[in-house]
Amino acid sequence: MKPLPEKFVRALKVPVFLACLGPAFVLTWKGFHDGLGANPIDVITRTTGKWTLTFLLITLSVTPVRKLSGLTWLIRFRRMLGLFAFFYGSLHLMTYIWLDKFFDVHAMLHDIAKRRFITAGMTAWFLMVPLALTSTTGWIRRMGGKGWQKLHRLIYFSAAAGVVHFMWLVKADLRRPFTYGAILVALLAYRVIAWLVSRARARRTVAGQQPARA
Amino acid sequence: MLIKKPDDIPSSEITPKPAYLSRRKFIAGAAAAGAALAGGFYLREHIDPSTPVHAEGMKLSGIVKSPLSTSETPTSFKDITNYNNYYEFSTDKYEPNGLAKNFRARPWTVAIDGMVKKPKKLDIDAIMKLAPLEERIYRHRCVEGWSMVIPWVGFPLSALIKAADPLPSAKFVAFQTIVAPDQMPNQKRSDVLDWPYVEGLRLDEAMHPLAIMAVGLYDEVLPNVDGAPLRLVVPWKYGFKSIKAIVKISFTDSVPPTTWNKMAANEYGFYSNVNPQKDHPRWSQASERRIGEFRKRPTLMFNGYADQVASLYSGMDLQKNY
Repeated sequence: MKPLPEKFVRALKVPVFLACLGPAFVLTWKGFHDGLGANPIDVITRTTGKWTLTFLLITLSVTPVRKLSGLTWLIRFRRMLGLFAFFYGSLHLMTYIWLDKFFDVHAMLHDIAKRRFITAGMTAWFLMVPLALTSTTGWIRRMGGKGWQKLHRLIYFSAAAGVVHFMWLVKADLRRPFTYGAILVALLAYRVIAWLVSRARARRTVAGQQPARA
Repeated sequence: MLIKKPDDIPSSEITPKPAYLSRRKFIAGAAAAGAALAGGFYLREHIDPSTPVHAEGMKLSGIVKSPLSTSETPTSFKDITNYNNYYEFSTDKYEPNGLAKNFRARPWTVAIDGMVKKPKKLDIDAIMKLAPLEERIYRHRCVEGWSMVIPWVGFPLSALIKAADPLPSAKFVAFQTIVAPDQMPNQKRSDVLDWPYVEGLRLDEAMHPLAIMAVGLYDEVLPNVDGAPLRLVVPWKYGFKSIKAIVKISFTDSVPPTTWNKMAANEYGFYSNVNPQKDHPRWSQASERRIGEFRKRPTLMFNGYADQVASLYSGMDLQKNY
């Protein structure tokens, strides 16, 4: 497939960026127009949490979609999508620290140690921090492609911790957390299969080369 | 020397005669208007046979105030009816209101069985006449950590129990919600809760004056979303104990099964009394968010009803009997 012209990719980044800001915009607008219902803090918490997981899954789907569809230019959007996952994750965390705990450090430490769903959520966020920090082109260069890629596999664990965080907090009716879980499993399964296939191919190539060398 | 003592009441504060006469006239007029209005309501309810006796949204009459009400400001009608758990309709707290709109809460009968002198069926209109309707403004604490102040209309559960006439050997009372999968979408699914929803109380808890059967909210017939036509309200326990849309009341001599306890016994005990010292295994119960308030407030033992109900549990380890 012919790659998209550079100009087009750059132009496309603007609407994609605005669309990613959409959920935050809608939430803010509703907040100022009495649209968040009886328990606004609960709505803010749930909405930011939902979009964190959603952006993690969208980010993780870039590679499979790109490989399967041949739309190679999609990779140009992965960093932005990943950073939006971190953005919503940080809003989600801020809601907890500020609106839920009112900066009560003692209560938060108690929560993190004792409540496994908080432990899982905190883990998910902390795993995103090094990824956000090393997301710049400079860091990719400094770390080298291989090393950078290795570090950024942390996103698998962050997304898994996020899904577990969701599963552990619901009282009953696991449909929604399971939906996220099923998509994550599918996205990770793609990677395992792709890795197995490429390893088998590599072996075949190596095996095929041996007689020639001998 | 003459010391002038000031008048007890300065003349400026004495109401002139015409003013107080006109005030009397006003009061008499208001009373007449009130009587006309009440008469109108009476006629509407008793003459026109086409209107049901108690449809959703209809005003309830003859409600008496109760000294058991809290003086705290009630949560708005809008918030009470748009934010609640009613898993038969949805697990989302914002959805039951819309989904319960067409729920048929009339005609309605409640079966009374188990350890009673004589099993029977009571019609909802008969149940509503068992005792005078009272306004009971209660704190409501959800196990999830939010709370409201709700002006229920109802009558003591003890009145219904007396009408049920249980045997002396009965020790517990069990309640059951209606099964109506055609009206309650989540009852078509098997992965939400075990249907029907069941709850229970020890008989002495049920006889406590704070425990009521609610049939109204904000002086109106109980909205469908809040468990019409008949629900339990036990204000010192977590909200899920206050079972909605009751169709059966049974008396037993052993602890009856309760829905959330069956779901997760380590998280929801039979008693489920509000207790800030006993955390839910997954979250703290020390504080709560009162709907409409920004900051959380501390949760009170027995939801602030300790003076009235603590004696029901004297000698019990509330960490174990949660």
